[in-house]
Amino acid sequence: MSKMISASRSQPARNGSALRESNAVKALLIGTALTFLALFLFLPLVIVFMEALQRGLTTYLEAITEPDALSAMRLTLLVAAIVVPINVIVGIAGSWTIARFDFRGKNLLVSLIDLPFSVSPVIAGLIYVLLFGAQGYFGPWLREHGIEIIFALPGIVLATMFVTFPFVARELIPHMETLGSTDEEAALTLGASPWQTFFKITLPNVKWSLLYGVLLCNARAMGEFGAVAVVSGKIRGVTTTLPLQVEILYNEYMGTAAFAVASLLAFLALITLAAKTILEWHYAKEIAAMRHNS
Amino acid sequence: MSMLVKTGFRQPSILPGFGLSFGVIITALSLVVLLPLAALFLKAASAGPSEIIAIASSPRTLAALRLSFGAAFIAAIVSSIFGLLIAWVLVRYDFPGHRFVDAAVDLPFALPTAVAGIALTALWAGNGWLGTWPAQYGIKIAYTPAGVVVALIFVSLPFVVRSVQPVLADAQQDVEEAAALLGASRLRAVFGVILPNVWPALLTGFTLAFARAIGEYGSVIFIAGNIPMVSEVAPLLIVIRLEQFDYAGAAIVAALMLIASFVLLICINTVQSWSRRKLGYV
Repeated sequence: MSKMISASRSQPARNGSALRESNAVKALLIGTALTFLALFLFLPLVIVFMEALQRGLTTYLEAITEPDALSAMRLTLLVAAIVVPINVIVGIAGSWTIARFDFRGKNLLVSLIDLPFSVSPVIAGLIYVLLFGAQGYFGPWLREHGIEIIFALPGIVLATMFVTFPFVARELIPHMETLGSTDEEAALTLGASPWQTFFKITLPNVKWSLLYGVLLCNARAMGEFGAVAVVSGKIRGVTTTLPLQVEILYNEYMGTAAFAVASLLAFLALITLAAKTILEWHYAKEIAAMRHNS
Repeated sequence: MSMLVKTGFRQPSILPGFGLSFGVIITALSLVVLLPLAALFLKAASAGPSEIIAIASSPRTLAALRLSFGAAFIAAIVSSIFGLLIAWVLVRYDFPGHRFVDAAVDLPFALPTAVAGIALTALWAGNGWLGTWPAQYGIKIAYTPAGVVVALIFVSLPFVVRSVQPVLADAQQDVEEAAALLGASRLRAVFGVILPNVWPALLTGFTLAFARAIGEYGSVIFIAGNIPMVSEVAPLLIVIRLEQFDYAGAAIVAALMLIASFVLLICINTVQSWSRRKLGYV
């Protein structure tokens, strides 16, 4: 496919109005697209930093080093550090199952893995409250045994796992399907053990799309709001993640502090975008292959 | 592949690890996704038919569902139009900052929704940079259903751009040349030859955008104003019911949302496969 594209691109387009838009139309289209992007994407990002810094750098630094903000930061990092590795293992298992074997109900399994994408984050939180909350199905049993899930770390981890469940598998499956299994078959035939084959062949082959999936999974895990808001109970300094801290400050009319904490998350988003772009530039071929099949 | 005789559950393979990987994914999927979702429907059903009907047909529930689905639909349409335009501009034209703009399209994927919510509210409030301008004509955006639509456009835009972009990039320019040689005007070539090929991808993008927007909560609650019956979205109603410890009420609204969005997605997928068949792809 890529050959065909480059072939058609290399042909000089004829200089007729029937093949191109006139310069005026072109300028109008570019202008409209860029204006729309500026209003809907660029300005929201700019205003986060403007509002955060409006009372000066000292106020800003105080807002982000305040104890509640620091504990929110720690919790956010902790949740991501638990959720991302689990989802990586589960995602690899899912894509190995789907991209390497043929079995009945495979399409159903693919749809089920994607299911969390079409479930509201609030519902993702609600389901765990219904199971593990005080009045939930397992609530009384959990209370007897002194186990806290809702309004505690395990609930936040579960809700975050739900919303980020598809990310890794989604990037890996098309890539593994494109690669095919000949490399792995060769390794096995030459006497490599299954785990050797996995760590020396499969993993290096799919590393870029795996990294891509990890990046997206991590961004969502750190930024998740709706699902976490429902299960966290928003106990200040204990179960508030950074996005929840933003909401608490905002609702207390501490606008500047809210935007200061928000700017940390916006900064994370910028790093994510930069890393994503770098991955796409350097490994354009492999990523294009997997995008194309997704 | 079709030569192999299907024996039982899966086709034989020399690759190892089916049992382990299948076990891991099914266990995780069941524990994290399927069983909890089943608990939701169980809880909703446990309320009994009369209560289910009472909650499902209450004006507040209906208003919230109407707003969530309606605003999501409008936002997905706006995102589809501008998303198609942005994809076209990114694929076909070169301009300064092209790479930067291309990367920036993914911002809503990366920016946490709560951050987007407070930023959009600050922008579109009556005294905000963008809100002052409609405010002169007495139009309020923030704290009205229009604000909900603005937030949903933000979260749904990249789904359309990223669905359409690869298809536009792959489109063979020789069909355009053929159209031109046969005497079609540029406008006719674009609308008669290029866009029909993009249609399935655009519909995919619309579906993803719509599905995401229906359930959106974080970016919406800051800008919506959250007035019951007017600007209260369905996910917020679920949170309110939950805060009142009305678990059954929350579960019923949630189950209604899930059922409605799955029915819609199935309908859109049917149109999708129909239009793909009609256009000759499988």
